[in-house]
Amino acid sequence: MNQVQPFRFFTERRLVELTGLSARNLPELATILHTVSGSSVFYHTHHEFLAHHFEKPVVYNDFAVWVREALQEDALAERLAAVDLLAFTTIRQLREAILSLIESCMQSRNRDSRECLPDDEFHFCKSKSFILPTGIVAQDPSDFFAKLPGITTSSLYFHFLEARLRLGRPTNDFSHWLASQGQLQLSHAIDQLDPYRLTLDELKDDLIQLGSKYGVC
Amino acid sequence: MPTRLQDYEAIVGKQVIDELRVLAGYVQHRRLQNINSTPVGGGVAEILTRMVPLLRELGVEATWDVIKGDRAFFNVTKAFHNALQGRHEEISKDMLERFRATTEMNLQEMNITGDVVWIHDPQPLGLVTLKENGDRRWVWRCHIDVSAPDRQVWDSLWPFICRYDASIFSMPEFAQHLPMPQFMVNPSIDPLSEKNHDLEPAQVADVLVKYSIDPERPILTQISRFDYLKDPLGVIAAYRVVRRRHDCQLVLAGGGASDDPEGAEVLRKVQDAAVDDPDIHVLLLRPYSDIEINALVRGSTVVMQKSVKEGFGLTVTEALWKRKAVIGGAVGGIKTQIIDGVTGFLVHSPEGAASRAVQLLEDPDLRERMGENGYQHVKQNFLITRHVKDYMLVMLALEHPGEDIVSLN
Repeated sequence: MNQVQPFRFFTERRLVELTGLSARNLPELATILHTVSGSSVFYHTHHEFLAHHFEKPVVYNDFAVWVREALQEDALAERLAAVDLLAFTTIRQLREAILSLIESCMQSRNRDSRECLPDDEFHFCKSKSFILPTGIVAQDPSDFFAKLPGITTSSLYFHFLEARLRLGRPTNDFSHWLASQGQLQLSHAIDQLDPYRLTLDELKDDLIQLGSKYGVC
Repeated sequence: MPTRLQDYEAIVGKQVIDELRVLAGYVQHRRLQNINSTPVGGGVAEILTRMVPLLRELGVEATWDVIKGDRAFFNVTKAFHNALQGRHEEISKDMLERFRATTEMNLQEMNITGDVVWIHDPQPLGLVTLKENGDRRWVWRCHIDVSAPDRQVWDSLWPFICRYDASIFSMPEFAQHLPMPQFMVNPSIDPLSEKNHDLEPAQVADVLVKYSIDPERPILTQISRFDYLKDPLGVIAAYRVVRRRHDCQLVLAGGGASDDPEGAEVLRKVQDAAVDDPDIHVLLLRPYSDIEINALVRGSTVVMQKSVKEGFGLTVTEALWKRKAVIGGAVGGIKTQIIDGVTGFLVHSPEGAASRAVQLLEDPDLRERMGENGYQHVKQNFLITRHVKDYMLVMLALEHPGEDIVSLN
């Protein structure tokens, strides 16, 4: 983006695709994880962020939840849950980090991996995402923050989580564009937000507050 | 008066309706031909009754056709249905021949008009024989639990299944090794249908009185077709355990579906089991009894769906929508709908169902809390507006095979 380009808000709609692959134990989980598409890794580490929850979950990562609940491998579950999604800029790196934890756990075992109960298998899914324009366009940073309150959580999810990791962009779209508009400090401050520790509504509130703090809205 | 998209805005919000209109812009004027095996009775017919007009309002040229078949054919497809859901069935050569011959007859009579042909469940599966080279896409929308199908039946249907361009299942565990994309779409209910819209207390009371149910005493209810897989006899067993601790009544109510000839046999067994207890009300409801079903659920204290196999279990969705605490068998889609301890209780046996029923009968606050959670859960995830969105996304997905990220302009 250059200095004259406006910011176009996009949103995403997701269809869940089933792979037909399932795992009953850690070796099977690792074997399949080596081969499934990046869309599957992304789905199982991100889809819960868009879901409605009665209580804010402690763990959003499907691998961690399954390892804990179906295999009772609590230590590995904690390590998987602690994988810092912000530390990676590609799904390949994220996949390797998850696999490394699972394979380390398997190697440190002097017993066979536990098997889940029938009907408790891990079923690999993946996201098929459709990226759509919302029709909302910001001409400058002030306009951007004026329009931000009307943006949906799906749009926020796309620009903040999906675009960065799945489309291989170096940072979230908002920071990238604001930097191109000369708002370097604000861009940096937004880049420091951890979207994985916040609900999407909380993230939006924090963004609006930062805009206000830096005198843009 | 038919419902319009606008009518849903008060329930799901403007943003959801606007989003449907935006998505529709990408699939307008496509012809979507739905084909199933019964015009009335069962979840598929109910969904199509509401889905087709809404899609048409959005500009998708949706239509709905029903295959023909005699009682012998539906006996065979019921056996297939059971076998695909894991129950052992003896499938004879004659049965396979009956399926083949009826499929052949429908191949002669069915006019395929859709750009996308949406085949619901196994009964019309063989229509894919009409598939030709070209742009027309064939989708198998499988509503039942095929996580552990009987291999004989699966293998006999495989020559049809493998010809589809895509399949849709209700749960991740129903996925199979298939040579085409498989999508997951949860079913849904229509909050404005006669089965689900709000009722006046007097309407509820009238229906209870009509069926000699005492509104002053607790009522346990299971609404479902009379089907072994819904375990109505297990519900009676659970009720008998509850009765040792609590005065209550049991309502087992359901209709028949024209593609389910086994229902009469199960109904007889249920009636036999209930004959000595005037507090067990076994109700065979006529088609188009939706308001009565609505009232029976709203008048209930606790709703059960103690299935031992379940595709999704829309009766659970309907009860949750009415803010009822629900006890459900931990199978199929019931596990997605009942978050154990939050929107209801999951059980594995009549004893478990009885224990949870006693707990709920003793704790009105718990019932209320679970009921509210259940309502919110359905509102977020299982209403027809979300279903319409998913079907339009599948139509789009068919136009972008092999792409995990599709950019639309």
